[in-house]
Amino acid sequence: MTKIVAVTGNEAVANAFRQAEPDVCAAYPITPQTELMQRFAAFVSNGQVKTELILVESEHSALSACVGAAAAGGRVATATSSQGLALMWEILFIASGLRLPIIMPVVNRALSAPINIHCDHSDAMGARDSGWIQLWSENAQEAYDNTIQAFRIAEHMDIRLPVMVCYDGFIISHSIERIEYLNDEVVKKFIGEYKPLYPLLDIDHPKSYGPLVLTDLYMEVRKAHSEVYKKVPDVVLSIAKDFEKISGRKYELFESYRLDDAEIGIVILNSAAGTTKDVIDEYRDKGVKVGLLKPRLFRPFPYEQIGNALKHLKAVCVLDRADAFGGSFGPLYLDIATSLCNHSKRPLVINRIYGLGGRDYMPEHAAEVIDELIQIADTGKIKSFKEYIGVRE
Amino acid sequence: MIGWKQIPPGMVILEPGSALKFKTGSWRAYKPRWIEENCIQCLNCWLYCPDNAVKVQDGKRQDFDFDYCKGCGICALECPGKKGNKAIVMEEEVK
Amino acid sequence: MTTPLNLKELSKKELRFTSGHRLCAGCAAPTVVKMVLLAACDYPVIAASATGCLEVSSCISTYTAWKTPWIHNAFENAAATLSGVETMYRALKKQGKIDKDIKFIAISGDGGTYDIGFQSLSGAMERWHNMLYVCYDNEAYMNTGIQRSGATPTFADTTTCPAGAVIPGKPQQRKDLTKIMAAHGIPYVAQASPSHWPDLMKKVRKALEIEGPKFINVFTPCNRGWRTRTDDAILLSRLAVETCFWPLYEVENGVTKVTFKPREKKPVTEFLKAQGRFRHLFEPGKEKLVEQLQQMIDNNWEKLLKEEEMFAPKEKTK
Repeated sequence: MTKIVAVTGNEAVANAFRQAEPDVCAAYPITPQTELMQRFAAFVSNGQVKTELILVESEHSALSACVGAAAAGGRVATATSSQGLALMWEILFIASGLRLPIIMPVVNRALSAPINIHCDHSDAMGARDSGWIQLWSENAQEAYDNTIQAFRIAEHMDIRLPVMVCYDGFIISHSIERIEYLNDEVVKKFIGEYKPLYPLLDIDHPKSYGPLVLTDLYMEVRKAHSEVYKKVPDVVLSIAKDFEKISGRKYELFESYRLDDAEIGIVILNSAAGTTKDVIDEYRDKGVKVGLLKPRLFRPFPYEQIGNALKHLKAVCVLDRADAFGGSFGPLYLDIATSLCNHSKRPLVINRIYGLGGRDYMPEHAAEVIDELIQIADTGKIKSFKEYIGVRE
Repeated sequence: MIGWKQIPPGMVILEPGSALKFKTGSWRAYKPRWIEENCIQCLNCWLYCPDNAVKVQDGKRQDFDFDYCKGCGICALECPGKKGNKAIVMEEEVK
Repeated sequence: MTTPLNLKELSKKELRFTSGHRLCAGCAAPTVVKMVLLAACDYPVIAASATGCLEVSSCISTYTAWKTPWIHNAFENAAATLSGVETMYRALKKQGKIDKDIKFIAISGDGGTYDIGFQSLSGAMERWHNMLYVCYDNEAYMNTGIQRSGATPTFADTTTCPAGAVIPGKPQQRKDLTKIMAAHGIPYVAQASPSHWPDLMKKVRKALEIEGPKFINVFTPCNRGWRTRTDDAILLSRLAVETCFWPLYEVENGVTKVTFKPREKKPVTEFLKAQGRFRHLFEPGKEKLVEQLQQMIDNNWEKLLKEEEMFAPKEKTK
């Protein structure tokens, strides 16, 4: 039995937290995540959840406390954005290196300097190689659904890795959308009981977390660690299948929109994908064979599957809502290019940077991109590999 | 050394006290000698030894555990001895 | 059944920090850990350490000297990490999933406590977590090769503030972290020394009986960093106490009590002359610096005694 509500993305994710009921939550406020934790704190104060909330003095301590709590042996969650995620940077690697299931919604916001509180993907992109699983969400429904599935994925006995659930700051976190909540009992049953692996609190079997490992063993540890990520896509898919049974909503590693028979395509993450799909429909009505690919599981990146989905196209534009702070392509572009580089027949791929610091992404931007792709597909020539769109000269 | 397939998840060490497999006795340049007749069994040496290298049984000290003794000499310095005669002296380690 | 604090009985207890660790010969840190864990012998303990000598030497490769659950996270977050462990314990206890009485003890060096770890320590204490934080203070960043820390005493020679022709070692005074922790208003704060082990163990025991955040600062000589002999760690600790360089006191619910008053207060030169890191202070022309140090110690000791007097029962009304 589902409930139709009109809520913000932050409210929806707070509700997912309430239904998953972490044992411990350690968090520090940062715009635009703040409302998420405030709503959750209200649930705690009203006794609606058994969560112990630690109101730490910084994000670095938030994640450190989460590491301690997860190692102790229980369900743990936190949330952050931008500078908070940047401050946690050191601990992100430790959390994944120690194989600790921790669920962390990241409400995507631009990184300083200059300071900006609005949406862009530089925060989670900056952390993409920290060993966290990353799920990206187009809208509040996906943010809610991904958060619920994240608990199962993280705590899966073959996986035991921390998971980031990304959704756009302000655009999704603060906008009210119509979404469907699943019933409390259904979510509880779906997520299941937390099962510890090596809990510190099991004092009869003392364990030591975090040894020093030198040149003679570190590489073996890293190799063993890297092998775990190969199992993630299948687990994500199987959990998505289970989720479909309780929700009717289908999730995979990425979404293909009108891609199968397309000649040109756009690759884009999160909310701007929604805008782009509308523009694609308009172009399709005019007879242009354009499609879209929206990654959902961004880390570990499904290179093989995405490469296969795009290789038949003549031209692809990767739209990044983040740019390397200097001297490289956008992060999504780099992974898409890698997924295609070994295919003998592959499309020309260009990179367009949009929406940084919350700059609006409008339908005309999508149209601009599609027009350019048509040009490239016709002529086989690229005028510019990388450009910023929607910026004043 | 173990291969990558034997690495425990998260490199969490599951065997408490596995450091006992590492014998630090090879570090010694000086070796303590226990002179039992001067020992008042105060157990200060047992307490102060950084390496738990003084064996104790039923509240009475036994000989040193030379598998781990690093030869620091704290025990000898702190030993009160009997009537000015130490119960522990440090001698050069002869290999 | 509380184990009495005498060595005969304590020696029958299991040592939860084993031999085989890689700390230097004569390092006082493992002795401090042994004393703390022995004082806590009647309880299950979960420990946490910041990055530092103790951590890298006690848990390396597949070896661990810990026979009690232990976690190392990073350099600056032992307190934050342990506060997470302690909170999970409380959460699961409330849910009825755990019934044992477990004690939570952080054991970190001065680097991870006074300086880089200060924020997380202060935060954890302010949040009133039920944990004991023990700092083994060897007065510099020893693990990285003897660099100055906030705990380094004035005029000490370290690699980042060496005693040179123009600057005679560390120019600043050391941070009085024990007083700072007392100012947090937490239920129990103390200073201890391994040379006065019954005092140290009583303090640990007292702390563990109190509900809330506790902090104990323990003097821990390092023969490598201080350029002393491998056998004089306990001797130096004793001198530190007897010269009032490291007073032994406690602040319980805001009330200061000096737990050891030397019968004869020795001049600080007794303490300094045994250490290579102060050798430059005995060169001709450096007498004023030693006087300065003596003055600082005397002022501090006077202040401490006055503080204690403030709380002493008023018998003098005549």
